[in-house]
Amino acid sequence: MGRSVGLAPKPTGGIHVLILGIETATERVSVSIGGHEGVIGLFEVTKGRRHAETLVPAIDFVCQQSGIALDEISVVAVDVGPGLFTGMRVGLASAKAIAQALRVPMIGITSLDLLAFPCRHTDRVIVPVIDARKGEVFYAMYRQVPGGIQQVAEPTVGPVEDLVADLMARSQDVLLVGDGAVRYREEILEGFHCEVGGDAHPSAAPLAQLAHARALREEWVNPREIEPVYLRAPDAQINWSTRAARA
Amino acid sequence: MPEDLKVDESTLILGVETSCDETAAALVMGGYDVVSSVVSTQVDLHADFGGVVPEIASRAHLDVLNPVIARAIVESGVEDSRIDAVACTVGPGLIGALLVGVSAAKSLALAWDVPFIGVNHMEAHLYAASLEDPTLEFPLVVLLVSGGHTMLVEMQDHGRYRLLGQTIDDAAGEAFDKVARFLDLGYPGGPAIDEAALLGDPDAIKFPRALMDGSYNFSFSGLKTSVMNYVRKHPDVSSADVAASFQAAVVDVLVAKSRAAAKATGATSIVLGGGVAANSLLREEILEGCARDSIQGFLPSRAMCTDNAAMIAAAGWHRLRSDGPTSLSVGATPNLRLPFID
Ligand SMILES: [Zn+2]
Repeated sequence: MGRSVGLAPKPTGGIHVLILGIETATERVSVSIGGHEGVIGLFEVTKGRRHAETLVPAIDFVCQQSGIALDEISVVAVDVGPGLFTGMRVGLASAKAIAQALRVPMIGITSLDLLAFPCRHTDRVIVPVIDARKGEVFYAMYRQVPGGIQQVAEPTVGPVEDLVADLMARSQDVLLVGDGAVRYREEILEGFHCEVGGDAHPSAAPLAQLAHARALREEWVNPREIEPVYLRAPDAQINWSTRAARA
Repeated sequence: MPEDLKVDESTLILGVETSCDETAAALVMGGYDVVSSVVSTQVDLHADFGGVVPEIASRAHLDVLNPVIARAIVESGVEDSRIDAVACTVGPGLIGALLVGVSAAKSLALAWDVPFIGVNHMEAHLYAASLEDPTLEFPLVVLLVSGGHTMLVEMQDHGRYRLLGQTIDDAAGEAFDKVARFLDLGYPGGPAIDEAALLGDPDAIKFPRALMDGSYNFSFSGLKTSVMNYVRKHPDVSSADVAASFQAAVVDVLVAKSRAAAKATGATSIVLGGGVAANSLLREEILEGCARDSIQGFLPSRAMCTDNAAMIAAAGWHRLRSDGPTSLSVGATPNLRLPFID
C-alpha cells in the first residue's frame, strides 16, 4: 500500500506523544488535545446536535488555540461507541481520515469507558448508561482498580428493565452515569436504589488521558483496524418514499 | 489554504462519493483528466432487501472509505502531497451515508491544508459525460435516470441548468426495482429487467405510455400498476414478455421526451446519465432517435453513468473555479436540489 495507509509509523515516543481526541457518540461533540501534562486543549458543545457541521471546525479551533499544528499529532484517539449511530460515525470517519492523512496510528476507546473513567474515585460499582433510543440503553459495569478502572460486565444493549434486573442481581452499591441514567432515572430508581451522578455525556478529555497512557505502551492500531461498537444490528427497513438516488 | 488559489489544468482534485450504495474515490486533474477512479459497490449487501437499507449502507461506507481513498491515491501514482483540493458529495442522498463521506473529506482537507469543495451529486452526473468527451458543446440536453431521479435538464453552460421536466411519482429506476421485485427477477431491478427482456417480446403486451403531451414531466406509477394488474389477471404470462413490454414502455417515453426537449431547446446533443442509462434498450433507442434527428447522442460508459467519484472531482473543479472553496462547517443535505436558473 502507499504511504497514506502504510503501516502506521511509531510516534516520536516518550513525553512528546500528542493525542488528538475525537468524541461524538452522544449529543455532545468533543475534541481534545492531550500530552504528558494532561489535557492541553478541549472544545465541547452538548446541545448543538449538528455533529458533522461542528466537528471539523472544532478540531481546527482546538489546534489553533492550543498552538499545536495538526501535523504535530502523533496518535488520533476516537470514541468507538456505543452511541447514536449517525453521530458516532461522524467522529469515526473524521478520526480515521485525519489519521490516514497524517499517517499516524489510532486508539479506539468505548463511550462507556469514557463515562466510567472520570468516576473512578469510588468504591461503588460504576455503571455508565447511554440512551440507545427505542426504550433501550447501552450499559456496562466497572470497578475501581489502582490507577484506573476495570470492566466487570461487558457492554450490552437492552430495555431499561434488563438494566434494573442486572443491578438487582448484583445487589451492590452502584453509581450510575450517562444520559441513559438521566433519562430513565425514575424507572431505574423505582426498581433499584442507587445514585445517579457524574457527567451525562462522554468527553474527549478522559479520551485524551486514557489514550495517552495507552500510547506510551504503544497500544495503538492502524486506522483500518478501528472497529465501531454498534451492539445492535442495523434496522433493515427500506423507506421507498424517502429512498435516495441509487446510482 | 493559499489566498491566491489558482484553479487550472494542473489542479489535482480528490473526489469522494458516499451518497447511496457505492463508496468511491477518484483523482481528476484539471476537471477532465481522470487519473484514477475506484468504486466499491455494496449492491450485494442490499440484495436480500430489494432496496438500499440506509443503516447497512452507512456502516459499509465507514468500513471501506479509507481503503478506497488509499487505493485511488496509490493507483494514481502521485503523492498525496500533490492533491490540491478535496471534493465530496454533500447531497442529495441518504443522510447517514452522506455524512460519512463529508466528515472524512472535510477532515482530509483540514489535515492536508487544502480547500474543501461540497458537490451536488446531480450536478456531478451532468459532468460525467464531459469526462469521456471534453469536446461536448453547450447547450446539451441531459437525461438523468436513476433509482432516485428521472429528470431532463438543459445544460446551457457550466453551472447554468434549466429543469425541463422530472418525474411526478416514481423514478424510472425505482419502477424497474419494483417491477423486478414483483416479477421475482432479482435486485437491482434495472439489470435484471434488461436481461430478462432479451428473451421476451416487447410488443407482447401494450402497456400505457404516459406521454402527458406538452410536458417534459414523467410518471411511471400508472405503468407499474398496470404491469401488476396484468400479471395478476394473467398469472401464466411469460415474465420475459412482461419485462420486455414494460421496458419498451419506459424507454419509449424517455426517448420521446428527450428528443422533443432537444428539438425545443436547439441542443446539439442528448447525453445520458444515471444508473438506468446503462439499460441496453435505452442506449440503442437514444442513438437511433438522435440519428433520425441529426443530432449527437452521447452515451457515457456504464462506469461513468453509475455513481463514481471522478464525476464528483470534475464537478468540484468547476465549482472551485466559479465559487471557490466550501466552508468546513458545511453538513450534508439529503434533499439538495440542483441550482436551476429561471
Ligand atoms: Zn447518482
